[in-house]
Amino acid sequence: MYKYDNYDQAMVDARVEEFRDQTRRRIEGHLTDDQFKPLRLKNGLYLQLHAYMLRVAIPYGTFNSVQMRKLADIARRYDRGYGHFTTRQNIQYNWIKLEEAPDLLAELATVEMHAIQTSGESIRNVSADQYAGAAADEICDSRPWAEVIRQMTTFMPEFSYLPRKFKIALIASQEDRAALRWHDFAIRIVKNEAGETGFECYAGGGMGRTPILAVKVADFVPPTQILSYLEAVLRVWNRNARRDNIHKQRMKILVHELGEAEFIRQVEAEFAHILTLDHDFPQAEFDRVAAYFAPPAWETGLSDEIDRSDPDFALWVDSQVVAHKAPGYAIANISLKPVGGIPGDISAEQMDLVADLADKYSFGEIRATHAQNLVLPHVRKSDLPALWAELNAAGLGEANLDLVTDIIACPGLDYCSLANARSIPVAQKIAERFADPARQRDLGELKIKISGCINACGHHHAGHIGILGVDRKGTENYQLLLGGSGAEDASHAKIVGPGFDEAGIVDALERAVEHYRTVREPGERFLDTYRRVGMDGFKEAIYG
Amino acid sequence: MGNLIRLRDDAAADEPAVSLDSFLDQSNASAVRIEAGDDVRQLLPVLDRVRLVEVDFPKFRDGRGFSTASILREAGYKGEIRATGDVLVDLVAFMRRCGFDAFEPDVAIDPAVMESSLARYAEVYQSAADGRLPIWAKRHAQA
Repeated sequence: MYKYDNYDQAMVDARVEEFRDQTRRRIEGHLTDDQFKPLRLKNGLYLQLHAYMLRVAIPYGTFNSVQMRKLADIARRYDRGYGHFTTRQNIQYNWIKLEEAPDLLAELATVEMHAIQTSGESIRNVSADQYAGAAADEICDSRPWAEVIRQMTTFMPEFSYLPRKFKIALIASQEDRAALRWHDFAIRIVKNEAGETGFECYAGGGMGRTPILAVKVADFVPPTQILSYLEAVLRVWNRNARRDNIHKQRMKILVHELGEAEFIRQVEAEFAHILTLDHDFPQAEFDRVAAYFAPPAWETGLSDEIDRSDPDFALWVDSQVVAHKAPGYAIANISLKPVGGIPGDISAEQMDLVADLADKYSFGEIRATHAQNLVLPHVRKSDLPALWAELNAAGLGEANLDLVTDIIACPGLDYCSLANARSIPVAQKIAERFADPARQRDLGELKIKISGCINACGHHHAGHIGILGVDRKGTENYQLLLGGSGAEDASHAKIVGPGFDEAGIVDALERAVEHYRTVREPGERFLDTYRRVGMDGFKEAIYG
Repeated sequence: MGNLIRLRDDAAADEPAVSLDSFLDQSNASAVRIEAGDDVRQLLPVLDRVRLVEVDFPKFRDGRGFSTASILREAGYKGEIRATGDVLVDLVAFMRRCGFDAFEPDVAIDPAVMESSLARYAEVYQSAADGRLPIWAKRHAQA
C-alpha cells in the first residue's frame, strides 16, 4: 500500500498543528462556536448528543496492521475501548473530548493517518472497491488512482467552501461493491478496444432527502486528465449551485435542475479550458504511486483445495470467502455484525486481534467495507481454517455476509444529534428475529439498511429492504422501503405505506420476508422477486 | 476601511467599486465589485480597464468567490483582487492560492494570526493561481 514521503507527512503534520491552534483559539474564546464549527468539521469532529465524535479517514478503505493497532490504542486512550466502522469505509470514535482531539490527531499522524475532510462541506475521503488489488474480476487495481485523487483533492484551494459535501467513489470491475452511482462523483475504470485505460465518469448521485442516482457524464476521460475533469465538475457546481437552502445544494440537485445535457455541456466547456492550465500530474507521478501498490509476494504453486470437513467452517467459507486473483489465495471477509451487536462496532481487543491476523495471514493488509465489515485481502486458502478458528474465538466468526443479519445501520439517536429515531436497537431486534443461521441462508442475499433520519447515513434508499426512522409527534416511527440497491443494478427503494413503531417494524419486515419466501422462484433473491412481482403483493402481506 | 490588508506593493485604487452591471455599462470605471452570484466571465472582455476587483463573501459558507478569483487569474488579470465581507482568517491561505491579494473583512483579522495562517503549509498538492510548485512537480524535479 501507499507510503507517505516527507511531503505527505509534512502536510498531515501541518494540519495537526493548525487544528491544535484552532482548538486553542476556541477554548480561549477567540473563536465563537459558530466560527469553530466549520473548522472542526473539516477535520472530522462532530458535536453529537453526548460528546464529540471524530471520524478518521481510511482512504479507499485500505489500511494495515500497524494502523489498526494505533486505532485500537486510540480507542483505549481517547474513547471507551471501541471504534465504529462507517458506511464510507472510515472509522469513528463517539466519546472524544475536544481538548484531547489535537493529541489524538498527532497520534494518527505517526501512522500516516488523518481526519482531513472527513466531514463538512468538503471533498470527502475517496471510497473504492474493498477488494481492489485482490479481486479476481477487476481490470486493474483502482487504489493508485484513488491515492492520486486523495492527494489532489486535499486542500484544493478553489473548493475550500463547497455548497455541500462531495463524495467520490472508484471501482475497476463490472460488479459494483462501492455503491458507485450513489456518489456525487464516481469513476469506473474501463479499457477501450485499443486496450487503453480510461475513466467512465458519473455525477450527481446522492441519498439524503432526495435520493438520486448519478448519471453517466463521460465515457472515457484519459486518466492523467482526471484532475482537470474533476476541477471542471467541481467548478460548475461551485459556481452554479444554490446557496440558499442547505437541502438543495448537493450536486445531484444541480444536475437535475440544469438537466443532464446542459450539465455535461458546461462541464466539457470548463474541462477544455482547465486542460490549458497545465494542472494535471504527469504519468510519472501516477507510476510512482502505483509502485507502492505492487502485489505482495504471493507464493506460487499453492493448492486451491479447502478442507471442508468441519461443517461450520464450510458454512463460513461459503459466506465470507471471495475469489482472489492469485491461485491458492482467497479474500476473507470478517463480519462486524454479530447477532445482537452494533453494526460496525469493534472493540480495541478485536482490533488488535485483526491486526495480528492480518500480519499472520494477509501480508499485514486490512480493508474496511462500506457495508461496515472488514476484509483480509490476501489469505492462503490453506490458512483459512486457522483464521476462522481464531476469528471465532474472538466473536468475529459470524457467517452472514450479505445475509439478512448483515445490516447496515447509522448510529441513530443513541449518538447522533441529527437523528429522529434510534437505529441500533432496530438492527439488533431484526438480527435476533432472524438469528437462526439456516433461516438466514434460506433467505439468501438480503440487504437491510437502516437510517435514523432523512439524511440517510444508513443508506436506507439503497436497501433491498430499507428502514427510515422518523419522528412522529414525539415518538419514534419507522417507515419500510423495498427495492433499493447499491450494486451495479442500483435503484432506490420505495416506501411501502404508513410507518410502524419499533416492535411493529420488525414484524412488518418479517411479513415482507415471508411473502418473498412464498412467491419466489428458485434461485431468486429478495430483490429479484420484488422487481418481478412489484409492490402490491408485498403491501398486502405487510398490512393485511 | 480600517480592516484592509493588502499584500501588494502598488497604491490602492482610490475610487469606489461599482457593481458588475454598472461597470459593464460605462467605460471610465476601474474598480468593480463582484457579488457571490455574479458571473465574473462577463468581465473578461474588458479586463484591461480593471484595476481592482472586490469579491464579496456574504457569509463564509459561500465559497463561490474562490472560483471567481481563480477565473480572473486564469484570464491573465494582474490587478488587485480583494476579498470583502465574511472573510475568515482560516480561509485566507486558500484565498491567497486562488489569487486574492487583499483582504477587507467585516471583522478585523489579527495580523499575527493571519501571518501564521498564510505560512502554515510549506507545500501544496495542486497548481493554482499563486503559481506555487505542487508536490508532484517537486517529486519529479528531484528525480
